[in-house]
Amino acid sequence: MPRLHWEDFSPGQVTECGSRLITRAEIIAFAAEYDPQPMHLDEAAARASLFGGLVASGWHSCCVLMRMLTDGMLAETSFMGAPGVEEVQWLTPIRPGARVKARATVLETRASRSRPGVGFVKFRLELVDASDQPIMSLMVSPMFGRRDAGVAGRAAATGKL
Amino acid sequence: MKFFDDIRVGEVSDLGRHTFTAEDIKSFAARFDPQRFHVDEAEAARSHFGGLCASGWHTACVWMRLLIDFRRREDEELRARGEAVAQLGPSPGFRNLEWSKPVYVGDTVSYTTEIIEMRPLASRPGWGIIFVRNSGVNQDGESVISFISSAFVERREREPQIP
Repeated sequence: MPRLHWEDFSPGQVTECGSRLITRAEIIAFAAEYDPQPMHLDEAAARASLFGGLVASGWHSCCVLMRMLTDGMLAETSFMGAPGVEEVQWLTPIRPGARVKARATVLETRASRSRPGVGFVKFRLELVDASDQPIMSLMVSPMFGRRDAGVAGRAAATGKL
Repeated sequence: MKFFDDIRVGEVSDLGRHTFTAEDIKSFAARFDPQRFHVDEAEAARSHFGGLCASGWHTACVWMRLLIDFRRREDEELRARGEAVAQLGPSPGFRNLEWSKPVYVGDTVSYTTEIIEMRPLASRPGWGIIFVRNSGVNQDGESVISFISSAFVERREREPQIP
């Protein structure tokens, strides 16, 4: 049973989702699989690029944020996925050896009109560096199961029908 | 990549397709998005999705890979014709991403990218910004992903002025 439901979120809440080191090996491994561009793969080529050195793929930063958010918050909620992402800004590239922190700020909550057991929570999600400078910012409104939603809602929230 | 000056609004590129297997879906999700409906068939069957489905980030990352492979082929063709290849700058981000339908095990997603807006950058001579709409459609013709991204693209050197 999830500990947190849609009702437990309210505007202004900030959740810190831990911190984590980004290694050269994982930057290169991600890029080799999903974004094989020279500035993400090869130090010499990256130095000659506009970035001046190896940097993580922007999609890699999205994936790092998603994982940190899951481990630091979503795993204990009735999270049901998101229908999309409103906006992502890649502000500063992540370089090997960077320590990043993830942070989720609740902007607003609203009940779903079409699905009684479900509510949306709009978040600003951020990755920041060790000195709290923003690396990326993302606006997203995922769905959560409601605690008060009756059988259908609980089924949706817990996955038990 | 073609130079900014050789790109036109309305151009659509077919990036190819990808079939999402259960192994593929679970391997991505276990690393980056370990929700029960992305990593466990039985849990997924009981969830609101009704079956194992890919992380939306996975659907997006496959678009990125297919775009890079497409650009590599395009660059090879340009070089084969003896033409120069433009540099691509960083992308500031993307917006309006919609995962309209889940991508289930065995689904084949076909990806396209369309130039929807472009303008030269007054602040950075020699560069322009392009906005593209990226789409993925499953084997039944249903949209599964759509978003608008932007990127900086190099311009051709300015033509010499005719006196």
